[in-house]
Order: sequence, then structure tokens, then C-alpha cells
Amino acid sequence: MAFVTPSSALDKYDVIVVGSGAAGGQAAYTLTMAGARVLMLEAGRNYDPQAETPMFQTNDQAPLRGAGTPDKPFGFYDATVGGGWSVPGEPYTNASDESERQFQWWRSRMLGGRTNHWARHSLRNGPYDFKPRSRDGLGFDWPISYEDVAPYYDKVEMLIGVYGNNNGLENTPDSPEGCLLPPPKARIGELLAKQRGRSLGIPVIPIHRAVLSAPLDHERIPAKLHPGNLKAQRILAGDMRNRAACFWATSCGRGCAIRANYQSTTVHIPPAMATGNLDVLVDAMVREVTVDSSGKATGVTYIDKVRKQEHHASARVIVLAASACETARLLLNSKSNHFPNGLANSSGLVGKYIMDTVGAGWGGQIPLLENLPSYNEDGAGGLHVYAPWWLYKQQLAGKLGFARGYHVEFGTGKGMPGANAPYVSDAGGRTVFGAKMKEEARRYYGSHIWFSGRGEMIPNEDSYCEIDPKVVDTWGIPVLRFNWKWSDHETRQAAHMQRTFADWITAMGGTNAKQPDASGKKAISQGGYVIHEVGGTIMGSAPGSSVTNRWSQTWDVPNVFVADGAVFASNADKNPTLTIMALAWRAADRILEEMSRGNL
Amino acid sequence: MNTPEPVRIDRRAAIKWMMAAGAGAALLGPRSLLGAPGTAPAHGYGTDPATTKPYSPGDIWPLVLSGAQRREVAALSDVILPAEGGAPSASSVGVTDFIDEWASAPYPDNVEDGRVITAGLAWLEAESVRRHGAVFADLGDAQRLGLCEEMSKDAPEGSAHEAISKFFRLFRNLVCTGYYSTPVGMKDLGYVGNVPLARFEGPPPELVAKLGLADEVRW
Repeated sequence: MAFVTPSSALDKYDVIVVGSGAAGGQAAYTLTMAGARVLMLEAGRNYDPQAETPMFQTNDQAPLRGAGTPDKPFGFYDATVGGGWSVPGEPYTNASDESERQFQWWRSRMLGGRTNHWARHSLRNGPYDFKPRSRDGLGFDWPISYEDVAPYYDKVEMLIGVYGNNNGLENTPDSPEGCLLPPPKARIGELLAKQRGRSLGIPVIPIHRAVLSAPLDHERIPAKLHPGNLKAQRILAGDMRNRAACFWATSCGRGCAIRANYQSTTVHIPPAMATGNLDVLVDAMVREVTVDSSGKATGVTYIDKVRKQEHHASARVIVLAASACETARLLLNSKSNHFPNGLANSSGLVGKYIMDTVGAGWGGQIPLLENLPSYNEDGAGGLHVYAPWWLYKQQLAGKLGFARGYHVEFGTGKGMPGANAPYVSDAGGRTVFGAKMKEEARRYYGSHIWFSGRGEMIPNEDSYCEIDPKVVDTWGIPVLRFNWKWSDHETRQAAHMQRTFADWITAMGGTNAKQPDASGKKAISQGGYVIHEVGGTIMGSAPGSSVTNRWSQTWDVPNVFVADGAVFASNADKNPTLTIMALAWRAADRILEEMSRGNL
Repeated sequence: MNTPEPVRIDRRAAIKWMMAAGAGAALLGPRSLLGAPGTAPAHGYGTDPATTKPYSPGDIWPLVLSGAQRREVAALSDVILPAEGGAPSASSVGVTDFIDEWASAPYPDNVEDGRVITAGLAWLEAESVRRHGAVFADLGDAQRLGLCEEMSKDAPEGSAHEAISKFFRLFRNLVCTGYYSTPVGMKDLGYVGNVPLARFEGPPPELVAKLGLADEVRW
């Protein structure tokens, strides 16, 4: 079993997994390691990070010095294939013309999906994050608690490799001994931010990121993850030996040829393939989930993009892991006599309660960091430290004017020069040039800091996706139309972010060239911009108020599961990928149990 | 983009044209990717370019600046980042090709910048001829410097000088981008990364101590 074509695929599988990213990768890994036969369908092309990653290329070897373009919005060397904000031939629409009511949808079209492009921030949701309504009366509680998910966080951390440490901070869970790899040392600007943040009451601690700061313990971990399954242990141990530790060079956004960071293509898919139980079909765009006369799912209809032909694949169980909005689209487009409003949509909630992360940024120049002697601070190709939310008590007491928290990511240092030049003051009413330009470049390079707030959005009735009644994509599949609205909780949070960052820059000895946005309406990023969209098939405790049950299993069609972020009932400030993987593993375990009991 | 022969344009016409070019680019928006009517559409590198192979300006879209314009770009780049100490000048490390690539690219922002650049170059040629009787590239150092000093002054919004000032700021930024992203520029700046390391040691202890951060390194 391996990469297959429509004609070489089996007639029937145990499980079809739609999507190959964090959710699809994890679901396929768990299922195939336990012996289930899985067909994975990916709408994009095959992608091999070991052969295709530009590891040491410098920006002068790239078109436009690597600058972002509409083809490659995050720069030429970003791993994303397929366009990101705009996928050729596959549009989406927005119901409103107003930019603040619009949602931007980031997609990729490649094996591994969006795990090839992400920050690798791997933060656990805390106990509050699963029961937000119980805490402040807003949004929804999940039908599960932190204790239900914690064992899966442990397992995912051990499998993918996450650096970080434990700090015992409120709603910022510690990991059990043996889960985390050592955190890298902080860079000089990160140390200064840590020291000066203290005067503002802001804690700065090592971030958790899915990068191997040391080799994985291939002798201990496989037995912990797959007790009693010697074949799985052997495969995983072998695969862990083939993942190199980080060599502290090149940005993770390019992907990783030495497999030192997590992408589903570097971590999940290789061992799943090695079981012999995984077939992967790339360039396969799923149109709909099919059902039989009893309303049970039978498989999926998909389009072979290369040969432009429609095919059907069959399985006992269907796992949707296409990314939150694509999964909602697929369900809404799966209309039948049994399900005239789309599959698993008896609640009418498919597509509802889409949430992104609140984003606001603020930057400054820090004189203390000028003219510092150079040292190699590439580090782990991303952040080493961050600030978790620190005002839980004030917030609960109603002192902040917004109900949910945010964490702070910040970047400093002498990164590889590219389209971000120059490094200059331009003070005194002049554009600096000549010898003075060179002098200023040496002086100011590496003296800037950029803060990004990443905050929780509360689900609301005005943020949802639906099928556009008029527009279809190049494959003839009806596309999504988005509706979006930030509430005052989010805009006030964005204002608080900018105010805090401006104060932080002052505390670091810098000056703020302008005043932060007091309303937050200008500060807040557009919906979708942070690429953390979740919700759309939220999980809950009753069929009338949710789309899936506590096992990510749709209430209406028991052999259809949702493994991706669509099941999130809230969107904590913590980056969602680790939780997506933990829930996908949990859902896959449930599928295995139910299959063995004969219920699926 | 076809540019009228620079020396034939007088200063007032050049400014007027530059203003119109700026406004036109804003109106065109993303549609300008399709190219202007009657011109062959230029294509970008698409959403799936091979990223591991090295590229040179001109590999993907044709470079459109004329020989005269490229001479002017080189001369202006070298006033902005001249040879100094052991470090070579901007034009000697490929900055002219980079600016040509940038101004020739089919992406909306580049189309807009390309108009600002060609209009700015046209103004500079005309002004060089008017004042000194020769194109910019043939002027002496003092004459070049004098023109750059003038262009470098910030201008109030809506003033006649605004477009020139904006052109010069954009051009300076592009020269720096082009220069500091080369091995020579990275060395000049003090970038020492992009090499594999066995361990990440963090900042040197003496640097940590100098900034008073010795207490911060423990978690």
C-alpha cells in the first residue's frame, strides 16, 4: 500500500480520511498503526519535504528577494503550495462588501495541508478553555474537559516532539515528565523583553513548539504510545531514528528536509505508510459524502483533478479532516433525500460558529539593542519564548471590559536579511542614503521588536459560512460564502493588546512613534487572518445544539466523524493545532473501539 | 511598460505623469495582473514554483527597463550605497538587475512601484539634462550628490516635491533590500546565521552581562 490512483485503489476500506494535515495525518496514523485499512484523500499534489524544502537558500536566490506576492503571500520560500489566500480555480465569497465583515480563507493544496506552513506553536488548552461558559456565561462549554484530553496531549507531544518546559501558571497546563524536549535558550532581545515585561506584570516563559531541540527517545516513547503493539512500536522507533534534531538554521516556515519539526509529511504519514495499511490518493478533491437508503454513509465522491474524472471510494467509516470550513462545505454539499439540508445538519448548525483567533500587532525600535555584536541567533527557526495570558483574575472580576484572554508572541533579532530592509531611522525629515545609510543599517539591524497578540474569540451568530447559491469552483462544486463579525469582546481585546505592547516598548526603553488604537477596530486583524479558524460542526452534549458528540462523531450519521478544528466549541487563545491532533487521536481511538465492538 | 524617452520629458510633465500613474495603479487593483489591453500578459511564478533552485532576475518575467534606464538605476544605486571600506557598491552586486526585476514584475504592488520608478527615473534624467546638460549616469559625483540631497528631503503631502520624495524613499528601500540580501550585504550587516550548528548556545555571556540580563537566562 502506498500512493494509489483511482484505478489502483481498493474497492473498500475500513476508513476514508478526507484531508492529510494535522487532523487527517493524526487520524490516519492512529488508525493504520492499529491495523485499520485507510484511504487518505488529499485535494492537493504530492509533496516531499525531504526533496522540496529550500533549507539554506538565501533571499538573493529567490525572485524579488523572496518578498511576498499574491502567488506566495508569506514569501517565496514559504512551504505553501496552492496560493494560500487565493487558490486558482477554487474561489470563495463573502456576503458583505465591508472589509470588517469579511473572512479571508487560507488554504493549501499539497500533501500535509497546512501543517507544512505553521508556526509550530503547540500550546495545550487549559481547564478553563473547555468550560468557558461555566466560567463567564458566554459561548459554549465543551462536552469534554481538560482531563479527557490531557492523555492525548501527552501522547501527541511525545509523538511529534515539542520543546518547552513547565511553569505552573494558571490555565497554562504543565506536561507530565517525559513529554517535552528541552527549551532552547532565549535570544538577547527575548531576554530584554522578559526583564522589562516583569515591571508590567507580564510573565515571559519558554513557548512550546513542535521542533526537535534534541533527538526523540526512540527506545522509550514507542512502547508508551503503542502498548502491546510490537509492530507499531518497531515502525515508530525506526521512524523516530530517521528524524534529525534541529540544527538551528533556516526558518520552519520553509518546511524541514531533516524532519526536525512537525509537519504531517515529516511525522504522521511516513510511519503510517510503513504499516502497509495506508493508501494515499493525491489530487483528489472530495465533492460529497454518499449515503445509502438507510442514511448510513457509504463513501465519498471525489474528482481526480489530474484526469478530470469523478470517482467513488467506499469505506465503513468516513473521517472528515479537510480543515474546519472545508469540512463544513463538504457536509453542506452532501445533500440527499435523507439529508436535504446537508449531511449531519439536522441541528442546522453545520457552518455555524466559525471562530478565528483575534490578532493585533505593534512594533518598535529599542535603542538598547542597537549596535550589538553579532552572534548567530537563528535558533529553532521561530519563537523561543512567549507570554501566556496573565490577567485571569482581573478579567473574571470584570475589570478589563472583555471576557477572554490572549497570549503574546514576539520576534526580535538579526534574522536573515531579505525584503525586510532597510534598517534605518530616516530622522530629520530626510531619506537617509550614502555612507550614513550603511552606518545606520549596521546600527539598527536587529534592534526592532514586533509583538503579536493572539486572543480568544467568542463564537457568535454572525460569524458563519454557508453555500453560495450562485458560485461554483472549477470542479463544479458549490463554494462557501462567509459572514463575519467581531464582537466588542474581541475589538476591546485588540485595543488592550496594542496598549500593552506600547507600554512594553516604553518599558524596554523604546519610544512609540504613534499612539495605539484605543477602539481596537483598526487594530484588530481581519477574520481568518491568523489562520486559526475552527468551529462549523461544533461538538456538544445534545443533538439539537451541536453537530457532533463528545467523540467527534456526528449525531445524525454515526459512521461519519469530524477530526479537524470544526468540532471546537470555543477557540482558546492557544494555537489550535495541538488540540486538533489530540482530538483526532481520541476520535480515531473511538472509531477503533466501535469497529471492534461491531458498532461501525 | 513602454517609457517615453526620458530626456524628452520636462519636469512638470513628468510630475503630472507620475501623479497620474500612481492614481491609475490604485484603480487597476489586482486586475492589473492580467496586463494592460494590447500588451502581452506577463505571468508571475504561480502558486507552485520550484523553491530549491536558484533564480536570477529575468528568469520568470522579462526585464523591461531600457539600457539608458538601467545605467541610471546603477548610478543612483551607487550614490545610495557606494563602495566603502572593503565593501563593494550596490550596482556591483546585482542591485540593478534586482530593481529591474522588481519594476518589471506582474504583481499589483510591483506594477505600481514600477510606475513610480520609471516616472522618477524620467524626472531625474530630465532634471539632470536641464541643470547640467547630461544624463544622471554621466554626471560627476558632486552633481549626483546634489540631486540626491534634493530628492531625499521629505515633502509635505500634496506638494510638488511629494512624488519625487516618495520615489527616492522607495528606490532607497529597494537598493537596501537588493544589497543586504546578498552575501556581501549580509556580511556588511553582521548576519552570521544560516549555518548548521550542533548546539544553540544563545547570546554570549558578556553580551548578556553588558545589558544587565544575567538574571534572566534561568527559567
